[in-house]
Amino acid sequence: MSATFSRDWLLSDTPSSRRQAVWGQRYQAWLAFRRNPLAMGGLIVAVAMLLLSLAAPLLATHDPSVQNLGNRLAPPSAEHWFGTDELGRDVYSRILYGGRITLGMVVAVVLLVAPLGLIVGCVAGYAGGFLDRILMRVTDVFLAFPRLILALAFVAAMRPGVESAVFAIALTAWPPYARLARAETLTIRNADYVAAVRLTGASAARIVLRHVTPMCIPSLIVRVTLDMSSIILTAAGLGFLGLGAQPPLPEWGTMIATARRFILDQWWVPVIPGIAIFVASLSFNLLGDGLRDVLDPKQR
Amino acid sequence: MKALAASAASIPITLFGLVLVTFFIGRVMPIDPVIAIVGDRAPQDVVEQTRAALGLDQPLYVQFVTYVGQLLRGDLGRSVMTSNTVGQDILTFFPATFELATTAIVLAALIGIPLGVLAAVKQGSLVDQAVRVFSLIGHSLPIFVLALLSLLVFYARLGIAPGPGRQGIVYQDMVDIRTGVLTLDAALAGDWGAFWDAVAHLAQPACVLAFFSLAYIARMTRAFMLNELRSEYVITARAKGLSSTRIIWRHAFGNVAVPMVTILALTYAGLLEGAVLTETIFAWPGLGQYLTVSLLNADMNAVLGATLVVGLIYVALNLLADTLYRLLDPRVR
Amino acid sequence: MNARQPLAEIRDLNVFFPSATGFTHAVRGVSMTVGREKFGIVGESGSGKSVTGRALMRLLPRSARVTADALRFDGTDVLAASEGIMRDLRGKRIGLILQDPKYSLNPVMRAGDQIAEAWRAHRRAGWKEAREAAASLLEQVRIRDPGRVARAYPHELSGGMGQRVMIAMMLAPDPDLLIADEPTSALDASVQAEILRLIEELVSARGMGLMLISHDLPLVSRFCDRVAVMYAGRVMETLAAKDLAHATHPYTRGLLDCLPRLDAPRLRLPVLARDPAWVA
Repeated sequence: MSATFSRDWLLSDTPSSRRQAVWGQRYQAWLAFRRNPLAMGGLIVAVAMLLLSLAAPLLATHDPSVQNLGNRLAPPSAEHWFGTDELGRDVYSRILYGGRITLGMVVAVVLLVAPLGLIVGCVAGYAGGFLDRILMRVTDVFLAFPRLILALAFVAAMRPGVESAVFAIALTAWPPYARLARAETLTIRNADYVAAVRLTGASAARIVLRHVTPMCIPSLIVRVTLDMSSIILTAAGLGFLGLGAQPPLPEWGTMIATARRFILDQWWVPVIPGIAIFVASLSFNLLGDGLRDVLDPKQR
Repeated sequence: MKALAASAASIPITLFGLVLVTFFIGRVMPIDPVIAIVGDRAPQDVVEQTRAALGLDQPLYVQFVTYVGQLLRGDLGRSVMTSNTVGQDILTFFPATFELATTAIVLAALIGIPLGVLAAVKQGSLVDQAVRVFSLIGHSLPIFVLALLSLLVFYARLGIAPGPGRQGIVYQDMVDIRTGVLTLDAALAGDWGAFWDAVAHLAQPACVLAFFSLAYIARMTRAFMLNELRSEYVITARAKGLSSTRIIWRHAFGNVAVPMVTILALTYAGLLEGAVLTETIFAWPGLGQYLTVSLLNADMNAVLGATLVVGLIYVALNLLADTLYRLLDPRVR
Repeated sequence: MNARQPLAEIRDLNVFFPSATGFTHAVRGVSMTVGREKFGIVGESGSGKSVTGRALMRLLPRSARVTADALRFDGTDVLAASEGIMRDLRGKRIGLILQDPKYSLNPVMRAGDQIAEAWRAHRRAGWKEAREAAASLLEQVRIRDPGRVARAYPHELSGGMGQRVMIAMMLAPDPDLLIADEPTSALDASVQAEILRLIEELVSARGMGLMLISHDLPLVSRFCDRVAVMYAGRVMETLAAKDLAHATHPYTRGLLDCLPRLDAPRLRLPVLARDPAWVA
């Protein structure tokens, strides 16, 4: 099997198996993606941030929760790379650990929302009729609120915290995915190959799961990546308003909220987590733009 | 016209959904509204009494009907925090948000649209690159970070912008409130000192808020314009020997203007969301600040009232965009 | 002015378009002269016939690379002229009729305004005068109800009507040469002949030159004085339309042989055999 994944095998014009064809296509997409320097930059930064957060215990120079009131609001130095916050905690270490919370919230939202939206959209699109109309009305209602404001109301009714923030953002984030999956399904539903599968006696569930949803996935991935940045911003916004992760947790938005009164004098304390949010969000935007060009050329 | 009627017909269903959502958040979510009012140390009989007084011992559907009835009478309940009715509060706070958001969208459109047109006409040029970078930043930078940076630079360091708030202390409560839009009220009263003070206070939050819509508007304008500039009628216009100004603005932009109306209406709706964060930082006494302060005080009537109103504005703007689109485009008229 | 004197002179015109793999050579060394006559350019799609016409008005996209030994209109060097001079040339000296009025008319502008705009573009005159001129032009292209059509938006007009509006618009500044780029291909067969006859009459009455670009060989030979046959960016041959039946070039012969005939049954039409030597 060593020769299986050679370049020639991947680029072959005459794939001899379905697997080879699939991997060949993926490799072609990767080659196209690699030519886009901005998208590659986005990918590298996004992956680096995820890895840095995962490796936070190894990379942190200090315990993110140990206070040192004698050395509060210190500017960046060799000892504290990003300075210290209002309780003398090391900002660099808090940013690393904070990435686990902020990016973790984003990943959790996406894992909750993408499959839900995909299934709802595909079922609505494939079934059509009454079910379709009901499901789309529901998405209409959710789309009728600005995302942050609806999330605020949900969190307010629950208890401020990471879990309710994730839940609230997820509740407000799924309708666009359902819309997207439904639109894709409507075009696929009448395709000849679906008719062929139906003729072989496949059940509706099998058709939706095996033949419709996979076709929706590329555009969904693009949408998810582009959405990641807006989820990051919403999560940070909730944290900033005091409704997301609660202090002393080092969530980036929360860190800005507790440090915002120092903006005029010790400006780096609130600005550094702001930069972290900006870089994370920017990298997902660049990555999403690049993926769209490769996976979903018709949206360009 | 038929399509417009259909889209208008779907409005009541959406509104019903909105009410259902706020009702659900208010009554079914984990926080017990009774405990929120009387506190969790209140004796059991007080809790029960309050529950009955609020009608919360009734079955859910009865509660819902009561709730809808109240809404139809314009009764959003009473705010625990301000002890006014929520309706009154919203009328007090909304004009400030309206002033801020409207200024922001006007700024954003006045700068963003020409910028987008220019980027499309000179595709690949420096302006085009700048618009791209600009819109990427606009999409990635949290608005509250930009607001903080703006305070740092323009207020603290350069000293060219006044601090947070809507008025300088000198002018506090000097202007009669007529419309609630402070700049307008000051102008109506002929108090030009107060007017310029209000404008100065408005400038910074409005610019911060405008930046985000500006990035989006410029990017959409660019995309639409590129599409139009490639079309055949632009070749016709060039073949007629028209000036490039006329080709770009009368012909290509004439076709972009129609979808732009939709974009502007949607952007305006999105500004309401940005306003929540901006108002918090600039201590701008608008609906956004009202909402966040109510949130932190667990004042659910106020939260739900404000959320519902924002939802209503959202739906109204969508309908407006749809209607304008149909009125402006001769093809769907 | 003498009919013999050439209006447009094209010598060794080359046009390149950027593509994914370098440049596409769309027009390869085309030469022709057009006077106040009816000149036809025939060719398949992609043969470079439209590009040649548009190069003469410098209407190609900015990314196109254009070179020529000579590209002149009535003494003006089109390649070297300033944009201001070109604007005077476009419309006022050369008009361009495009294929499909559905796309070539501005969808959000009333037909009358589009004509009035073309009329005004090269004159110092007010809108009121321009509107009157537009109405009279609409009459000249045989529109029965000029008032209604002038107020209509392009989507409210039929294809034939739209093309009449287009013609009126391009005649408005009184040009010397009219380039008609597939003017009837998007129209119903019944309207095609009417529109062509209209173009022919107007061109003859005003003593203009006509460059008729089409893929329809019999149509071009019926309406034009001379015909250039293009293939793969080159002119295969130029000949008088009445000699077309006796054309010698194998490509032209091949095209003629592919046509069905009314006077004799043909069971199977031959497929055109292309010789790589034609483009060598």
